[in-house]
Amino acid sequence: MSSILTIAAYGLREALRRKVFVVVLLLTAAFLGLFWLANHFLFENLANVGPPVGVDAKTFAGATIFGLAMFGTLFLGVVLAIFLTLGVVSGDAERGLLQPLIVRPVGRVTLLVARWLGAVAVCAPYVLAVYVATMLITGLTGHWWPDHLVVPGLELAAGVAVVAALSLLGSVFLTSTANGIAIFMIFGAGLVAGLVGTIGHGLNSHQLEHGAKIAAWLLPFEALYQDGLRELTSKTTGLTGFLLELGPFGGAYTGGLTLRLWAFAYLLIIGALAAIGFTRRDL
Amino acid sequence: MSALVVRGLAKRYGAVEALAGVDLEVREGELVGLLGPNGAGKSTLVKIACGLVRASRGSAEICGHRAGSYEARRSMGYLAELFRFPGWYSGDEVLELHQKLAGSNGGERERHELLELVGLADARTRRVEEMSKGMQQRLGVAQALVGSPPLLLLDEPTSALDPVGRRTVRVLLAELRSRGVSVLLNSHLLSEIELVCDRVAILLRGRLVAEGSPAQLARSRGVEIETDEGTRLFEGASREDTPRLVAELVAARRKVYGVRVLTSTLEETYLEAVGGETS
Repeated sequence: MSSILTIAAYGLREALRRKVFVVVLLLTAAFLGLFWLANHFLFENLANVGPPVGVDAKTFAGATIFGLAMFGTLFLGVVLAIFLTLGVVSGDAERGLLQPLIVRPVGRVTLLVARWLGAVAVCAPYVLAVYVATMLITGLTGHWWPDHLVVPGLELAAGVAVVAALSLLGSVFLTSTANGIAIFMIFGAGLVAGLVGTIGHGLNSHQLEHGAKIAAWLLPFEALYQDGLRELTSKTTGLTGFLLELGPFGGAYTGGLTLRLWAFAYLLIIGALAAIGFTRRDL
Repeated sequence: MSALVVRGLAKRYGAVEALAGVDLEVREGELVGLLGPNGAGKSTLVKIACGLVRASRGSAEICGHRAGSYEARRSMGYLAELFRFPGWYSGDEVLELHQKLAGSNGGERERHELLELVGLADARTRRVEEMSKGMQQRLGVAQALVGSPPLLLLDEPTSALDPVGRRTVRVLLAELRSRGVSVLLNSHLLSEIELVCDRVAILLRGRLVAEGSPAQLARSRGVEIETDEGTRLFEGASREDTPRLVAELVAARRKVYGVRVLTSTLEETYLEAVGGETS
């Protein structure tokens, strides 16, 4: 246990020292500033909007812009997670940082677990902090609050933890650059699959919905994100609820407990694959 | 108990055979030098011993434990040929990190002693990124010594050092031997190996081609005797032949002014063993 904490702290310190962390913080500040401006003008102009009958303009505007914030938060969290983990094995081995650590009586699996925990210890609080900040901005500016306050944030953080695990797995087999590209492409593919599913829902196309569902189960970070979006307006009914489900920043995807259990099992599978690959790898 | 025992060790990287069945032993308190041209398999052998690389065949044991096992890693210190410490760590912090990972409870006293041993006592708080390559290498040696392991595996520990730094490491190795620490030293510097090692093993294309103490490997090249008729070389004669040769010359009424037993240097033995191969 003390080895896990030591290496996790090593990873944390590395994260805080990297310039990417400063860049992400600056980008976050810019994002939150722009998000506040967008909220300010959106809700200011909302009074002049005449919505169709049956549509609650404030709910529609609040859920849509906060859904956009959810996407932005997920993206920033994923960027952070990838940059903190993309070189943990191959990258650090190429630079000669890994060998002195790995010959210690620590164990390769311990090192992987510790580095993942270190990354999650940075990314999860970051995602939750941005989630809360954006929720406060929308809530205080537009007086709209999500139907569920906590679960969407936790699902976003869990999605980022899944991406961190995928990136760690990739680092066992790929160079840092190749791994970074691969994980960003997987992330992009997941988002596209989610949008395809939303379109399928709008068009009532079972084939599109089915395909998107398979993609979501293969890439549960996307399913968690979609489920989080759904949770934002899960109690919103009528035409407003239906329009929000058509997306792109509303959710029709229902994950529930099964999804969360699958995401946990998925993490274990990814972890096991990474452990097997790392254990068999020559350094 | 032997510190390191390697039996029939083989390693294949695809079509390349890095090691082809090597037997080697490092006994307690022994300092063994590993020589060979680039690509001979020296680093692969050391990496298998410390668990970084898996053997294709054969076995390696450290202090009776399978190489790479938890117990084996507790019993060794390793300095990689190419290594780096995080630049933002100070020398003291690097050692503290490794103390935690190695389970050493030596605390500040151990860190202070190790830094002093490698001549870095004044650079205790200096960041790694502010250290010269040589200082980082000496810090690497100190890191390998954390927890006082009974076996040290050093892969080119002096490659980045200046002559003074090399001497520091040589003195350190002698000190470690006196404490009973076993060392496997992988180095290209023949003079260094000759000066400090009890035994030398020469690898070529993954095979052990010569092994023995520097004195055993340094074969006799003859005896040179200076007489009133000039200097004569008795080729093939050994040290044991010297009294007889001198007696014969004196009996033949020659005046003998000096005798020199000629032996090959480790460099000559090495070049003969590897046949001039460089990679």
